[in-house]
Amino acid sequence: MLNYMNIIFLETYKIIFLLVPVLVAIAMIVWLDRRIWAFVQKRRGPNVVGPFGLLQSLADALKYLFKEIIIPSTSNKIIFILAPIITMTLALISWAVIPFSETYVLADINVGILYLFAVSSLGVYGIIMGGWASNSKYPFLGAIRSAAQMVSYEVSIGVIIINVLLCVGSLNLSDIVIAQKNVWFVIPLFPMFVIFFISALAETNRPPFDLPEAEAELVAGYQTEYSGMMYAMFWLGEYANILLMCAMGSILFLGGWLSPINIYPFTVIPGAIWLIFKILFLFILFALVKATVPRYRYDQLMKLGWKIFLPLSLLWVVFTSSYLVYFNKLPII
Amino acid sequence: MVAHSIFFYTFSLIAIISAIMVTVSKNTVHSVFFLILDFISISCLFIMIGAEFLGMIMLIVYVGAVAVLFLFVVMMLNVAQQKNQWFSARESSKHIPVGIIVSVIIFFELIIVIGGWKYKPDLVTAMSLTIDNDISNTHSIGYVLYTDYIHIFQLSGMILLVAMIGAIVLTFRQRSGVKRQSYFSQISREKSDGVEIIEVQQKKGVNVDD
Repeated sequence: MLNYMNIIFLETYKIIFLLVPVLVAIAMIVWLDRRIWAFVQKRRGPNVVGPFGLLQSLADALKYLFKEIIIPSTSNKIIFILAPIITMTLALISWAVIPFSETYVLADINVGILYLFAVSSLGVYGIIMGGWASNSKYPFLGAIRSAAQMVSYEVSIGVIIINVLLCVGSLNLSDIVIAQKNVWFVIPLFPMFVIFFISALAETNRPPFDLPEAEAELVAGYQTEYSGMMYAMFWLGEYANILLMCAMGSILFLGGWLSPINIYPFTVIPGAIWLIFKILFLFILFALVKATVPRYRYDQLMKLGWKIFLPLSLLWVVFTSSYLVYFNKLPII
Repeated sequence: MVAHSIFFYTFSLIAIISAIMVTVSKNTVHSVFFLILDFISISCLFIMIGAEFLGMIMLIVYVGAVAVLFLFVVMMLNVAQQKNQWFSARESSKHIPVGIIVSVIIFFELIIVIGGWKYKPDLVTAMSLTIDNDISNTHSIGYVLYTDYIHIFQLSGMILLVAMIGAIVLTFRQRSGVKRQSYFSQISREKSDGVEIIEVQQKKGVNVDD
């Protein structure tokens, strides 16, 4: 019994040690996003609360916490309340498998990449449930749009993951990072990295693919009826997903915790710092895209997903596998 | 071992209860949500017996794709308003004989499977392949699927392809008068074929309809 208690306490400690930094990072990333967006548009952005406005997200969270939660009387109450909880939970549990260094990983499971993919594909339920349970036009339209969009782009992300897995020969995330010791996959698989980046934008409902919450057409999409802390949970879940997609991109293509050059001064810096730098790099790209690119039309979005990205990534699977087989470089474990 | 059995019974209880709730619940959308819960707990059971690849694939395929489409259809058809009247409705009582036949067939199939497994255990061990404990089950599935069972695997792929093509052919309708966007014609448009500069004579104008 004491043994079990020990294990439970140790695991809880590890989980808290992982989740608290992730939540703080989400708060900081929201600030960074708004700040970059403002700088591109020659504004100042949030700069009042705390040094450089760093505490802005904290102030926002406090504000949301004290706002009243309004549940529409015609809504389906249980599902309405469940939706933001599911979004938030799914966004946080996927961090369990992210390897921050060779030793620091909460759950080093055999099928890590499949777990990440499965959890990110479950993320659509929070949105559908929220949109349906609100029992109102705009949230429903937003939810339907979002579901169709996420399902379509998941397919191309899955095929891109197959590309990487062909080069690795394992589904374990640590193995994927170690396989990039000689060359990061961003170099041999560069077109796939570009498609992954754009698909990740679509998967997380970021501009230019933010049709589910296109404010000019759908008020705020699936979040229209939400208020107070429940709205904030949707918001946090969305940013946690964005951060997760950045982490996934840096593990699959940018070498995870590996240092860019394997020589003395770079190898001293711990792997977690490198991973954080890579995530930040990808996130800044996300923010710059948000600030510069106009929104897609819905039919163009679907055309891009099904008629361009899917055939292209499938073709690249054929190309990669034939290259690996012909030159006898297929990784066999 | 205690923890293992606690988790096993929790997941199987959730699976059974949600499977019952799928048929019992009054709201169709709720039924789909219970179905999703059922899938999730079954994939947890798969992971518990060490088949993590199957569990994850179950999660990705059934919960991530199939159930989303279920939910889509159910929400779009707006059947949420119609209450699912179970045995009381005269309409549904017509289907009871068919249901009984199907369930009897499934029951006997289960008896055959479990009976064979119970009374002829050497049959299973004779048929099954040797298990190599050094490689992960993802690798071993790959080794078996792409060597011994490649024809069956290809055949099931072909069946799925035929089903997909059939669905497309059945629902395909040639519509006339649809305006499509063509990027190439948009980009290759020159100033010369879009704009024409005309010297307009005073008090005579230009005939636009030419």
